[in-house]
Amino acid sequence: MAQTLSEQILSQAAGKPVRAGEVATVAVDLVMMHDSLSPSIIKIMEQELGAERVWDPERVAVVVDHVAPAATVQTAEKQNEVRRWVQRQGITHFYDVGRGISHPVLVEEGVAQPGMVIVGSDSHSTAYGCVGAFGSGMGSTDIALAAATGRTWFRVPETVLVRATGRFRPGVNAKDLALRAARELRADGATYAAVEWHGVEFLTVMERMTLATLSIEVGAKAGLVPPVGIPQVAPEWLRVEEGATYSRVVEVDLDTLQPQVSAPSFVDNVSDLGDLGRVAVDVVYLGTCTNGHYEDMAAAARILAGKQVAPGVRLMVVPASRDAMLRATQDGTLATLLAAGAAIGTPGCGACIGRHMGVLGPGETCLFTGNRNFRGRMGSPEANIYLASAEVAAATALAGYIADPQDVL
Amino acid sequence: MARVWIFGQDINTDQIVPGRYAPIMLKNEDDLRLYPFVEHRPEFASTVRSGDIIVAGNNFGCGSSREYAPLALKMVGVGAIIAPLFARIFFRNALNLGIPCFTADLTGQLADGEQVDLNLEAGRITSADGRELALPPPPTFLREVWSAGGIVPFYRQHGRFPGEAA
Repeated sequence: MAQTLSEQILSQAAGKPVRAGEVATVAVDLVMMHDSLSPSIIKIMEQELGAERVWDPERVAVVVDHVAPAATVQTAEKQNEVRRWVQRQGITHFYDVGRGISHPVLVEEGVAQPGMVIVGSDSHSTAYGCVGAFGSGMGSTDIALAAATGRTWFRVPETVLVRATGRFRPGVNAKDLALRAARELRADGATYAAVEWHGVEFLTVMERMTLATLSIEVGAKAGLVPPVGIPQVAPEWLRVEEGATYSRVVEVDLDTLQPQVSAPSFVDNVSDLGDLGRVAVDVVYLGTCTNGHYEDMAAAARILAGKQVAPGVRLMVVPASRDAMLRATQDGTLATLLAAGAAIGTPGCGACIGRHMGVLGPGETCLFTGNRNFRGRMGSPEANIYLASAEVAAATALAGYIADPQDVL
Repeated sequence: MARVWIFGQDINTDQIVPGRYAPIMLKNEDDLRLYPFVEHRPEFASTVRSGDIIVAGNNFGCGSSREYAPLALKMVGVGAIIAPLFARIFFRNALNLGIPCFTADLTGQLADGEQVDLNLEAGRITSADGRELALPPPPTFLREVWSAGGIVPFYRQHGRFPGEAA
């Protein structure tokens, strides 16, 4: 019987063939935890599970990205506790302040590989699907148990297939595809299921991460792009099989796809940018594991080159990782953004969780390249967050209102 | 008797506990009990009583993996959560913490502020005027985790994961 990518990976990890709907105990290849939840995970491991050691210090990754650098005395203290624990455990994959957001970092470091089962203490751990790994977010207790035992359980998910055809027009990109799919599937359309994104072999790994991270916003357990056309080498057993069962198929024609915008305050509140009307913004925020990649900064720089951000608009750029920032520094992308008026932050999650580095005040409107526009997400519950691509972000920064990249290019 | 708290659909974890109120952001982690629905429904934390029931619309708990969202609800003693569909991470977190969650749509059948009796074992809600509403029984492996008091006590007792052969 043909299997979906998730069924193939979970069958390998379970040591027996499994199908959608079955509950399976699986071996995990990697457990990721970040600074925000590591203190609670460590506490559960030590005090509730009575586990002194992680099951394999080479397969637990710890990343300081959520409040990086520390914004308060408490967060500084908690991060130091995590650093001491990492040292005691002999954890090899530890990435401290400035290295970037866990998801791109583990891909750049080659730690996340095709065919792996990766569980992370961050809901956007679906990100690892960008290299064809089964990545899934979990809470502190599940992560503590996985870190202590090297195992977890899953109900093997059904798979929702998003099939793209054609090629993006200029000014349209992976974010628009992901938001278009969210518009179709709605916020619960893939709950308990996995999403597979087909027809996107031409995208880079980090562009694929845009699709994979947004998979959680339609409720998915994992969001996988078939691992072809990327530098990472997939195991032989992992490939799209003809005849695999998909619970639902969503078709998106990229040739006619328009820039998409998600309006406050639900991710699936998506429309074509052209139907939005005039929305003035105070802040444009380019960053996150969804769209803070080198590709995003470069696309924004192409639009902003030689121009100035509109008066009264603040443009924040928070690179997703140090590698992305380094590349953008070396080829002049960051210089272009700075010259246009951008403020640059430390690689990490930035204001995506509303804790530091550009939180929003009451009444402010933000065009955000991230993944959530929930009320209060980036600070004040009285701020309004619109989600769109980095190209829309750049066009908006120039215009002062949400704008189509085509109109400013 | 337990009070019914009605919530709408797509209630996300930022509405349950905003990231700004995460335990790592608090001087005293026990203060988390002050913050369930702090911005979405500010009167909740101060008036909810142990055993009260949340009856919500579709996709309850969507968004973040933050276990401190259901933990805050547990700290104030929420007795059960009933919704037509739960976001998966929230559902696992609630299960792991031993909070009973039932998959049913009761938003049209109960009123906010209504007093009811919840019988977890029988899977039944009885309203003050005697109406009985059945709660669908959760799958066996989930019930085992709840009755153990959460995934950690379950794992410590059985040395295995739910659904795994003994």
